[in-house]
Amino acid sequence: MSNIGSYEERVNNFSWSLAEKELGYTPGDDINIGWYCTDRICQMGKSAKKAILWEGLGGVEKQYTYNDLRLRTNTMATMLKGIGINEGDRVCLFMDKVPELYVGVLSVLKMGAVAQPLFSAFGDESLFVRLDNAQTSAIITQRKHVGKVRLILERLPSLKHIIIIDHDGKKELKTREMAFDMDHAEQIEHFEAAHTKAESPSVLHYTSGTTGQPKGVKHVHYSLISQYLTSKWVLDIQDNDIYWCTADPGWVTGTSYGIIGGFATGATVCILDTGFSAESWYKFIDKYKVTMWYSAPTAIRSLMKAGDELVKQYDLSTLRHLASVGEPLNAEAVIWSEKVFGKPFHDTYWQTETGSMMIVNVPGMKIKPGSMGKPFPGIIATVLDEHTYEPVDGPNKPGLIAFQPGWPAMMRTYWRNEETYGKKFKNGWYLSGDKAFLDQDNYFWFIGRDDDVINTGGHLVSPFEVESALLEHEAVAESAVVAKPDAVNMEVVKAFVTLNPGFEPGDMLELQIMNFIRKRLSPLAMPQEIEYLDKLPKTRSGKIMRRLLHAKEWGEEIGDVSTLEDD
Amino acid sequence: MENIKDVVLKYVVDEYLDDPEDEMTYETPLISGGIVDSFSMVSLKRFLEATYKISLPDDRATPEAFDTVNSITDLVNEFLAKK
Repeated sequence: MSNIGSYEERVNNFSWSLAEKELGYTPGDDINIGWYCTDRICQMGKSAKKAILWEGLGGVEKQYTYNDLRLRTNTMATMLKGIGINEGDRVCLFMDKVPELYVGVLSVLKMGAVAQPLFSAFGDESLFVRLDNAQTSAIITQRKHVGKVRLILERLPSLKHIIIIDHDGKKELKTREMAFDMDHAEQIEHFEAAHTKAESPSVLHYTSGTTGQPKGVKHVHYSLISQYLTSKWVLDIQDNDIYWCTADPGWVTGTSYGIIGGFATGATVCILDTGFSAESWYKFIDKYKVTMWYSAPTAIRSLMKAGDELVKQYDLSTLRHLASVGEPLNAEAVIWSEKVFGKPFHDTYWQTETGSMMIVNVPGMKIKPGSMGKPFPGIIATVLDEHTYEPVDGPNKPGLIAFQPGWPAMMRTYWRNEETYGKKFKNGWYLSGDKAFLDQDNYFWFIGRDDDVINTGGHLVSPFEVESALLEHEAVAESAVVAKPDAVNMEVVKAFVTLNPGFEPGDMLELQIMNFIRKRLSPLAMPQEIEYLDKLPKTRSGKIMRRLLHAKEWGEEIGDVSTLEDD
Repeated sequence: MENIKDVVLKYVVDEYLDDPEDEMTYETPLISGGIVDSFSMVSLKRFLEATYKISLPDDRATPEAFDTVNSITDLVNEFLAKK
């Protein structure tokens, strides 16, 4: 029996207070995610239960019980307080998927600071703009990533502490650096969690838009309510589950469900901190007897490419429930998973800004392969006309996916950017920036983005950010960046450039530019293809017509070109 | 011609290794070890094609084929022999 039971009954009798009651929370009380994910689980008699099963490169294993998690978060939170981190300060977590990342996020929350997890593959410039915008006070990182922090340190006067979790003493620590060994530090038995309230800031995640720098999405501790309930009802996490969320906590899925949802429900969370390979993933599921698996379409399509025979070499019979997030899950992937795993992946749709799942396929609900599903109970979702911002009248009409504000995990603002936040609302609806249509049964079907943002492997990349970075390369005179279709990642970054005098187009220059962006921004932002042009298409007023380049890549009609600059 | 293995190893160390002091061998797992992610694999493929003037079809440029310097070298040698 699934946790949700009947979707229709839940919709008809829904109140967020259901989650509040289960968590023992009364409005006005303290609510601290760090405490709920650690001490509370221990108080429920699960101190000895495994909280983390971690495996790294070369099969190295680590395991932590919920009591270990309680003690380590006490210890790390005490350390942070000890160096002068105050409630509300931003603390960045810049690590691979090591246990310290998971414990670190909860520790920061426990002591009332704001956790700012960032993807460890970010290059120094991506890291800089996010730390600068957040005025981050401390960063917790690994030896292997500290070089990127050192490169930008002089430009970050607010960054007072660089905490290295695996300092081996072979080299001297530099300015503002300190070592902290989580497992070998003296464990702190008692720590009073910060008395955070529902609206106290909790997590700051950065997301990309079409223009401008990345936006810091501010979440609050009350987000726990919807993250907990969606973990129970959509992921169907049950007491004896071995739960694997494959997302990196540098992104919102890895935080909302890889950390908060998993630990708040008291599940055993398993973590694989190695690169992707179909073989290693199947081996991991087999070895740890994973029961609930939350992954992403890009990974699923990569598994499909690896073939059906490989699946048969492993015992994957423990898998009980599968779900997916990141970009639309294509029908072929749903059908394939039913064939090879005996159960379908359940697609879920949500965003960094929504903080928790919004449109879902829950256990027991009829799945229409390729569809996004239906709104989670309590979520009012619709499709708006693109011009009037009124709900479309009837099925199969494309429009903007929009939500009625008010669910617990909704972002509270963009950090230091209220103006952009305000633009996300029209006629009382929150605009997701995505387009869809509704069918006659009220299932949502994804169409695409409403802007130029590129969704690659489930991560958003700003064309503006890549174009700006391209211009910093000595060879590039002008640049335009668009999405290019891709069978595995849905979209990848493609750049069009014109060159400065003295530079000749060629394979080696292309490679040099690709690597320049990869290191400066991230591998996700690296153009997978660069096309050299003599000139970029522009309007008569000099604005680059990205739309034309996009249409060319997607084989679409070019549309109105009356404003195109003449030769 | 410079030894392919050493050229590839040097490129990987220079371009992808976060900590240049990490030990790298011809058998260090690159993809499954998280040193080269699936996005960065494209630039590694492009490097091989540009350096050795070969064309590696997508169905051969797999995470498995790119997982170690040794396996990459085998792949490059195979396509050099077809030239």
